[in-house]
Amino acid sequence: MKHARIAWAGAVHEAVESNGELLLTRSPWAGKRLKFDEVVWLPPLAPVPQARTILALGLNYADHAKELAFKAPEEPLVFVKGEGALIGHKALTRRPKDATHMHYECELAVVIGRTAKHVKKENAYDYVGGYTVANDYAIRDYLENWYRPNFRVKNRDTCTPIGPWLVDAKDIHDAYGNPMNLSLQTTVNGKVTQSGHTRDMIFDVPTLIEYFSAFMTLQPGDLILTGTPDGVVNCEVGDVVVTSIEGVGDLTNTLSE
Amino acid sequence: MQNNLKPYWPIGTVYGALLNFKREWNLRAPQMPEAPYKGAPKAPVLFIKTANTFTASGDTIAIPSNVAEVDVGANLAWVFGANASVVACVLVNDVSIPHESYYRPPVKFKCVDGFLGVGAQAKSVAEVQTDAVVLTVKVNGQTVQSVNYADTVRASQKLLADISEFMTFQEGDVLLLGSDCLPDGKRPRAKVGDVVEISAPGFESLVNQFVGAAA
Repeated sequence: MKHARIAWAGAVHEAVESNGELLLTRSPWAGKRLKFDEVVWLPPLAPVPQARTILALGLNYADHAKELAFKAPEEPLVFVKGEGALIGHKALTRRPKDATHMHYECELAVVIGRTAKHVKKENAYDYVGGYTVANDYAIRDYLENWYRPNFRVKNRDTCTPIGPWLVDAKDIHDAYGNPMNLSLQTTVNGKVTQSGHTRDMIFDVPTLIEYFSAFMTLQPGDLILTGTPDGVVNCEVGDVVVTSIEGVGDLTNTLSE
Repeated sequence: MQNNLKPYWPIGTVYGALLNFKREWNLRAPQMPEAPYKGAPKAPVLFIKTANTFTASGDTIAIPSNVAEVDVGANLAWVFGANASVVACVLVNDVSIPHESYYRPPVKFKCVDGFLGVGAQAKSVAEVQTDAVVLTVKVNGQTVQSVNYADTVRASQKLLADISEFMTFQEGDVLLLGSDCLPDGKRPRAKVGDVVEISAPGFESLVNQFVGAAA
C-alpha cells in the first residue's frame, strides 16, 4: 500500500493511493476520494514522539563519487539532518540568489519500521517499514571542509523534499525482491538528467542498517537517505525537478526565489 | 512567583556548534589553511545529537567496549519555542569518542547511544545572561575545567543569527552553544566508573556516571 499525509479542507489527513486517486482512511472523511491536485502533500511520515533521526549518505554510488572526484569511501560517509529541512511533494524549494551551483540528488529513503539495535545484515529488511523518495538538494557554493558536507549545504530550510508516498516495505520486497533492484531517474523540465540503479550503491540497505544500528538505536519513523548516483546538474529558479524511483514514486519539486 | 525551574526533556532536534571557543580556534588556526580543510570555517560548524543519545541526569552513560575514554563536552544549550525564539537554557554533556579530524561529520563519534547527558531542569532564558555563564566540570568530585561563555568565537546571538541565515529552529529544537577545550587542545576525559558533574550558578547540576557497555 502507498500511504500519504495530506492537508485538505482545513486539516491534516492520512490517505492511501487507490486507482489513481487519494482515498482518505480516517474519520470523519474515511472513504472520501480526492484527486492528486486537490490537496497539499506533506512528508509521508507519521509524527514521532521524539526527534526523528535523519541519516543521509554521501558518495554512496561509485559513479557519483567519481563525478565529484572522490575515492569511494571505505565506510559509510554519513551526515545528519533535522526534521525542519523536510518538505512534501509538489512543494517549493528556495534557491538563494547568490548560488551558482545548486543540484538535486535523487535518493531512495528507507523508513525504519521497528526499533533497530545491533541488527545483522541478514535480518535487516525485517526492520524496514517502508520506502519513499527524497531529493537531497545541495548548494555547492557553500561547501566547506569542516564536518563536510556542512549544514549550510545540507540542512537548509525547504531543501529536502520527500514523498509523495510511503510505500510498505513488503510491496517493494514482493515486487522487486529487495530495494537494491530499482531504477532511479531525475528529470528537469521534462528532460532526463540523471539515471541510475540502486544495485550500484556502495553500501546497500542491509549493510547500512547493520552499520548504524551497531552504535545507534534507530526508532520507527527514522530515515536513512541512501545517496545519489551520477548525473547531478545545476538548476535554476522555475525549474521543475522530478526525482523518481521505480515502484516507490515520482517526487515533484519546483525551485523558487 | 512560581518556581522557574521546569522539568526538561528534549523534544526537538538537538544541534551543536563546534569550534566556538577562542582557545580551540586559536590552537587549530595554524592547521586551518592546510588540507583537508583548506581554509578557516566561514559558517558555524554544526552537528546533530540524535535522539538515541539523550540520557537523563542521574542515569548512566555506557562507554563502548572498544573505547578507553570519552570526551566530556560541557555545554550551555538554548531551547527554542515558537517563532524560533529562545525560551530556556539547559546544561548538557556532549559526550564524544575523541577524534582529531574535523573533516567529516562526526556521527560515529557523537551519535552513540546515550552520548548526551541532559540537565533535569531548564531555566527561563530571561533569568540567564547567556554570554556570562561559567560552567564548572568535575570528574569524581575534582574540578577539571571551567568554561566561560565570555570566551566564545561567536557570542550566542551572533551564532543564532549566522545559523538562522539558512535554517529555522523549530519549536523544541535545542542549540548547544559550544564546549571549550583544555590548554592542551583536548577535552576532559571520562572512563568507566567516573562520575561527571556539570554545574553553573542557578542551575541544578547535571550528573552522569560512566559505565562499561553491556556484554
